[in-house]
Amino acid sequence: MTIIAYDESKGARVALAGRAVVGDGWAMFGRHLQRLRRAPGLFILTQSMPVTMLLFFGYVFGSAVALAGGADYRAYLVPGLLVATAANGIMAGMFQAAADNHRGVMDRFRTLPMSRAAVPIGQAASEVAQAAIGLVPLAAVGYAVGWRIEGGFGPAVGAFGLLLLFRLATAWVGIWLGLAAKSEEAAGQLGGATFMLPMLSGAYIPTAGMTGWLRTVAEWNPISAVSAACRELFGNETAVTAGAAWPVAHPVVASVGWSLLLMAVCVPLAVRRYDKSTK
Amino acid sequence: MTTTYAVHSEGLEKRFGEVHALRGLDLAVPEGTICALLGPNGAGKSTAVRLLTTLITPDGGTARVAGHDVAKDPAAVRRVIGVTGQDASVDGDLSGRENLRLFARLQRLRGAEGRARADELLAEFGLVDAADRPVRTYSGGMRRRLDLAASLLIRPRVLFLDEPTTGLDPASRNRIWEAVRRLADRGTTVLLTTQYLEEADRLAGHVVLIDDGRASVTGTPAELKARIGRYAEAVVAEDAALPAAAMVLGQLAGAEAVLDPARRAAGAVTTDPTLTLPRIVRELDAAGIPVVDATLRPPTLDEVFLRLTAPKELVA
Repeated sequence: MTIIAYDESKGARVALAGRAVVGDGWAMFGRHLQRLRRAPGLFILTQSMPVTMLLFFGYVFGSAVALAGGADYRAYLVPGLLVATAANGIMAGMFQAAADNHRGVMDRFRTLPMSRAAVPIGQAASEVAQAAIGLVPLAAVGYAVGWRIEGGFGPAVGAFGLLLLFRLATAWVGIWLGLAAKSEEAAGQLGGATFMLPMLSGAYIPTAGMTGWLRTVAEWNPISAVSAACRELFGNETAVTAGAAWPVAHPVVASVGWSLLLMAVCVPLAVRRYDKSTK
Repeated sequence: MTTTYAVHSEGLEKRFGEVHALRGLDLAVPEGTICALLGPNGAGKSTAVRLLTTLITPDGGTARVAGHDVAKDPAAVRRVIGVTGQDASVDGDLSGRENLRLFARLQRLRGAEGRARADELLAEFGLVDAADRPVRTYSGGMRRRLDLAASLLIRPRVLFLDEPTTGLDPASRNRIWEAVRRLADRGTTVLLTTQYLEEADRLAGHVVLIDDGRASVTGTPAELKARIGRYAEAVVAEDAALPAAAMVLGQLAGAEAVLDPARRAAGAVTTDPTLTLPRIVRELDAAGIPVVDATLRPPTLDEVFLRLTAPKELVA
């Protein structure tokens, strides 16, 4: 058995802390993957939802949606659903963080000499890994219903990168809200309501047709910028018209900006919340 | 101060909104001893443990664990403690082995070393057969054993156990007790909370009765018993004789008697070393009281507990 000697000097402490964040975060990431392997039910369910929505929206509502220039609605819908799936990070992050936070094992983590950021970092990393797997079936079914990557390989890789970055950002929003929630039930209700966020955006329907104030709200919704960016990078019809708000008119820059902004705000809040929250 | 205390608190206070959970708790646990915090539900035992293990911060007073201030340097405290909480503090979705390996990694045990230590502890706590099953399929006793094992990956200087045997069958309880004794023999200081007097009596060298957020009485189990004296009790044949029996017992004991009408029993605590059982029976008989059972014995810790922490109007 090793007895660890701790160097008390400041520089050594900072170096130790840095190594602790990476090492402990990695260990916590491993914990989430092990849990996933043992209880994959919820994961499978959340992955099958966007595919169901694609078929539902694409074939039921799709017959009533006419895009300018006669572009195919289902091809328009697929990138939007990919983004909506990425935005599910809020819901998933909230559920997971709130449920975890009320488990006894959190007391052990809080009394171990481990990095205070490792628990939320491990969860965020697991959210991104899950999203990376989850994008595959949706893209495949999208391909089957007529969606194509038309902008070349490089930009398409960029689009998937953007989707994962956005997932990471929304996961942090969710983790913070989940840790701050008074109970698991409260997190469940609020998390469920975030299902509506993509509806108030250009994910499913072009914002150009919305009435004035609603259009403004929708176009400042980060989901609209990311949707427009993905459509642009995949080489799909963006349906962005003149007079769109700045984030939608400059979607790629805006998407990266939104993601970084959300993280700049939510990462410190989540880490602090984790450190403080006790039953 | 010449004695080194593994746990030392002065005037420790904690409020939760309107509830004043701790109202100035003083503790001094010498290194290498087992100390039991004894008290009813809501006395503040768990709050004390959560404060000492850095899970919550105090609203007043100070506490040091192995010399480190829990409020000012929680990181240093976390390096020297092991904690087994009241809720199983292990992950139910992982197997026992996965849990121990995870905690080993988080405590900087290297890969092979951590795996070996995890296997060692699984064997020590009789969990080898269940090692690869998810912990949620474990029985209460198995879970508690795993929980304790998880606190011992790196031998802690101070081990905190919050009601380690509540709800366990006698066999599981004995296994936990054995493990705690082994640890103490190797020099680990143990602070445990319990509602079971037997547990405090059997394990601890030092008992602190907690009542209403304060340490009301402190001492060894024997000192507590000596302090409260002996317990004289008489059971009578009919309800009508109970007040008279109480009066006789009260006079003999030199203390006010307590009635237990359901059992038709009257009892009193005496600190008079000359009082004998024959004398009690003779006096009761002389008063014409139909005695069916009488005892004079050292009090159980239950009675110590009841006497020292019960609402005052019930106490002799």
